[in-house]
Amino acid sequence: MPVLANLTYDTAHLLDAGMLVLSFALLYQRRLFGVLKIYAMQAVLLAAAAAWQAHAQDAPQLYITAATALVFKGAVIPIALHRIIVRLDIHRAIETALGIGPTLVVGVALVSLSILLVLPVTAASAALTRESLASALSIVLLGLLMMITRRNAVSQVVGFMSLENGLILAAVGVKGMPLVVELSIAFEVMVAFIIFGIFFFHIRERFDTLDVHDIERFRGERS
Amino acid sequence: MLSALSVGLGLYALAFGTGLAGRRLLAAVYLLSALAGATIAIAALRVLIAAGPAEVATLPLGLPWLGAHLRIDALSAFFLLVVNFAATLISVYGLEYGSHDAEPRRVLPFYPLFLIGMNLVLVADDAFAFLVSWETMSVASWLLVLATHRQDETRSAALLYLVMASLGTGALIFAFGILAGESGSYGFAAMRAAPITGGKAAVVFALALMGAGSKAGIVPLHVWLPPAHSAAPSHVSALMSGIMTKVALYGLVRILFDLTGPPPWWWGVVVLAVGAITALLGVLYAVMQHDLKRLLAYHTVENIGIVVIGLGFALAFRANRLDGLAALALVAALLHVFNHAMFKSLLFLGAGAVQVATSERDMERLGGLIRTMPRTAFTFLIGSVAISALPPFNGFVSEWLTFQAIIRGSELPQWLLKFEVPIVGAMLALAAALAAVCFVKVVGVVFLGRPRSPQAAEAREVGNTMVAPMAGFALVCTLVGVLPMILIDILRPVIALLLPGSGPALAGSSLLWLVPLGADRSSYSGLIVIAAVAILATVLVAAIHRFASNRLRRSPAWDCGFPDTRTETEYTAGSFAQPIRRVFGTTVFAARERVHMPAPGETHAASFEVTLKDPAWEGLYRPTATAVSFLADRLNVVQFQTIRRYLTLMFAALVALLLIVAVSQ
Amino acid sequence: MTTSLLDLVQLILVLALAPLLTGIVRKVKARLLGRRGPTLIQPYRDLLRLLRKEVVLAPSASWLFRVIPYTTFAAIWLAAAIVPTFTTGLMTSRIADLIALVALLGSARFGLALAGMDVGTSFGGIGSSREMMIASLAEPAMLMVTFTVALLVRSTSLPHISEFMLTHAVGIRISLLLGLISLAMVAIAENARIPVDNPATHLELTMVHEAMVLEYSGRHLALIEAASMVKLLLYLSLIVAMFLPWGMGIELPLGWAALGIGLGAYAAKLMVGAVLLGVFETAIAKMRVFRVAEFLGGAFLLGILAAIFLYVSEGL
Repeated sequence: MPVLANLTYDTAHLLDAGMLVLSFALLYQRRLFGVLKIYAMQAVLLAAAAAWQAHAQDAPQLYITAATALVFKGAVIPIALHRIIVRLDIHRAIETALGIGPTLVVGVALVSLSILLVLPVTAASAALTRESLASALSIVLLGLLMMITRRNAVSQVVGFMSLENGLILAAVGVKGMPLVVELSIAFEVMVAFIIFGIFFFHIRERFDTLDVHDIERFRGERS
Repeated sequence: MLSALSVGLGLYALAFGTGLAGRRLLAAVYLLSALAGATIAIAALRVLIAAGPAEVATLPLGLPWLGAHLRIDALSAFFLLVVNFAATLISVYGLEYGSHDAEPRRVLPFYPLFLIGMNLVLVADDAFAFLVSWETMSVASWLLVLATHRQDETRSAALLYLVMASLGTGALIFAFGILAGESGSYGFAAMRAAPITGGKAAVVFALALMGAGSKAGIVPLHVWLPPAHSAAPSHVSALMSGIMTKVALYGLVRILFDLTGPPPWWWGVVVLAVGAITALLGVLYAVMQHDLKRLLAYHTVENIGIVVIGLGFALAFRANRLDGLAALALVAALLHVFNHAMFKSLLFLGAGAVQVATSERDMERLGGLIRTMPRTAFTFLIGSVAISALPPFNGFVSEWLTFQAIIRGSELPQWLLKFEVPIVGAMLALAAALAAVCFVKVVGVVFLGRPRSPQAAEAREVGNTMVAPMAGFALVCTLVGVLPMILIDILRPVIALLLPGSGPALAGSSLLWLVPLGADRSSYSGLIVIAAVAILATVLVAAIHRFASNRLRRSPAWDCGFPDTRTETEYTAGSFAQPIRRVFGTTVFAARERVHMPAPGETHAASFEVTLKDPAWEGLYRPTATAVSFLADRLNVVQFQTIRRYLTLMFAALVALLLIVAVSQ
Repeated sequence: MTTSLLDLVQLILVLALAPLLTGIVRKVKARLLGRRGPTLIQPYRDLLRLLRKEVVLAPSASWLFRVIPYTTFAAIWLAAAIVPTFTTGLMTSRIADLIALVALLGSARFGLALAGMDVGTSFGGIGSSREMMIASLAEPAMLMVTFTVALLVRSTSLPHISEFMLTHAVGIRISLLLGLISLAMVAIAENARIPVDNPATHLELTMVHEAMVLEYSGRHLALIEAASMVKLLLYLSLIVAMFLPWGMGIELPLGWAALGIGLGAYAAKLMVGAVLLGVFETAIAKMRVFRVAEFLGGAFLLGILAAIFLYVSEGL
């Protein structure tokens, strides 16, 4: 039986790498609901990574980050986006600016770039930190790639949110980083505003107005 | 060895003289060439087995203060063996094939001249002799390409070949010029004693890669190769593809490994990248072809890429002082040089046989030849399995060794190399797999199935003097595939020469077992594999025929209940390549498929059109040609000046030169 | 037991177990679809029935068509005997390393593709060309998996890989997990299972492997079907030997107890693998043919990521 040596490092490595693989899976997807599911999985992995770092660094405030990530990003946001898409009948196939194959190739090049950049620069730090930073930078770059190669507003927002996942991963990965919890809650609020923004954009597309009074006039007919 | 070499060259010269006489003495020309080739090949083999010191000679030819230096060391001997062994068999093939030439006076004298040029390149020990022999080789092969000069495509192929060969020789002249400037003399011995470093080394590297590489066929300098190799007569194509490209690689190896001194690590990066791109693009081009000889020529490009990958690894490992691994990579590269010469010659000779039997080169008009040309088909099949790098033949052994170098490439310390190695490995794996796809297509469309044209249906097997060389090549492919250590033992002195102090390559191997890096890392035994498969298959045949059933009945093909015996329903080469074209063609070749349907009421047939664009041509050559034309148009104004203006120009040039001399004092 | 006797045991074992494995997969699929399904030994009966039947040959079939089933089956059978199953001590495991094994399977496939082109019908052509396309796309992914494992184990020799995984403290590594997933994807493509190809289809336009062997009948068809079954067993054994080798006997000479544990563990792992394959095939739909390129591109990507992660964790 393989001896589970160096469990701390191995588990953190596993969770970070899992998030990176899910970033690639986000780029591979052709269906909007698939993108939401994978984003939810990435948020769950982020929560697990934050919780594990809380355990490994002995920093209990990171448990709050884990909880907010799990509840807000793993459940609330995906469900909300799901309902927006269904209600406003948003187009569900994803159109890409670059084919899926070339996008994945660029993704691999970006990951190599992050590793070639981070590893030599952080030579003095602990192995766990360096590796978290490399993964986090990769996830940020892949999130940016997703934003620029998608023509659909919802998938661009999901790309932005996965970028933000990467930033939070970097924040929890560095030992002794201050204000992590405050940082993560600030991000949640920003994301909530962005989602509201989409919501309003599509309502205006649909009804040509954002006036609640006008929209309420439709309520009787719709139900 | 020198005596044997002079005997051989004398015989070649005699063949050249005989060739001037014309068709009547055709047999004499080819027989003399075969004899010459055999003499030199046997002598070279003895030199390699004896592994003695190099033999040197100086002839009072050429430049008065230089003479012509000749030197036969292990590297020269190995390439002499490859060139002349293949030349012997190809000359025997030429006995019957040459009688089908329309204009033998255009082929017979230049064939031995070509061989003389190649042999002299391999033994030249100073820049002048090297370049003169190189040019002889180029010009002789150019004249051979023009043998079918009445066809348009031959003329354009020859023009392109001439331009590219001139550019290549120009690059080599500059490279040798820099090396001579550094060492003070044109002789290779002086260049070896004065290793070159820094910026000058980089320039020499680039020029050597361009010069020797364009003759070998690396992308993007390969554009001359397919038209020229397909326009030439088949036995000349075999010489050009199988042998001349190897002489070009000899030039590259000689310059990069012997004359310039220890390489920096980034040479490995560049050479690996060039090799991988060449291999992959070469095979992708090949899959799209349906002209048999062009397809084989593009496969030459691919295999040159594979050899260059091995050379790149050797450079990278050597720069990092991993000499044992460098030896492994160099063995892989040189073994592939030999293997490719063998199976490429075999395949071109087979294509020649098909052309003689059916007068067709287009695969879409062939088919079913396995019944009418069984011996050609069998040897061609062996060549196809060998070039697809599949066990138990020789192509697999050299690719396997290259993959072993790739697996160990992760030990290279530079991060750029660390990331490049798996990418190169993946590209090589893809290229090898696509080569198999391509040759299933070739064998399936040309030899299997049903004939697609009357010429294919009426083909007849070619004579023994054409089949025997093909069988000889096939036998060598099989032997090297199952007992590769025989050849690797012969390579040991070459490795010791180029990588001194690396120890015996593949130390743990024996006759039966190929163990490149250690028994617990990897091992392969070709003989046991083929013996086991043969025994199992025989046991199965015997058991099933005895205990189950051996009845057989002929009946129309099932074809899912819709039998259609028209040959138009057979799969064509274009249809076979369609999945690959769909996956890779749209990005690499801008492939477009269009169907032209007739409007209702029109009576002409529907047609299907596939357009492919060559990325090297569109990206590099067309813009360059346009730029050159533009410049030439602008400079054309110089043609129409008055006498006074011309005198002014000459005066200005003279004054400028005097100024330069004055300033640099 | 002496090693040559063990080699013989392995040779017979892989042949004996292969149809059972296929029977289990078919039974699981049938049960999940609400049917009772054929018995577990039905593949044996099918093979015996086919062996006793007469061969019906098209007039345009050549000698190659008749020879290829035997050589293909012999090559795949030999390859299955090379992969270590219940012990790492066999001599046959050393005659080819992982790269040579994949190339040997490539030879077998080359032969089958030629057989598809031999009769000169369009179905043979469609099967051969698609099969070769899928195979060529699976090669880079397979090489990446080999590269990743060799990066960790420093060997491509299969018995050494199994021994390394058993004796060294490898830990939970994401690279190995990604390598396992990548190898599973390649195995699905190579064995012509759903989602790449449907082994039970009767619609010609959805066929890849079946179209290639459409003209075969009688004992030739029996050999080709048996070859497919042995190939499935081979890939399952390969996944088990490379990533899940627990229970294999590594000390030589092999005692009776170690032999029993090895055989039992191997059989159990194969059964689990067959059941999982059946469940997986029932759960997802077959892809369009040109989506297979993306599927195998994904496998290749996972392989590269696995190598990159290993570089990162080894380079720290």
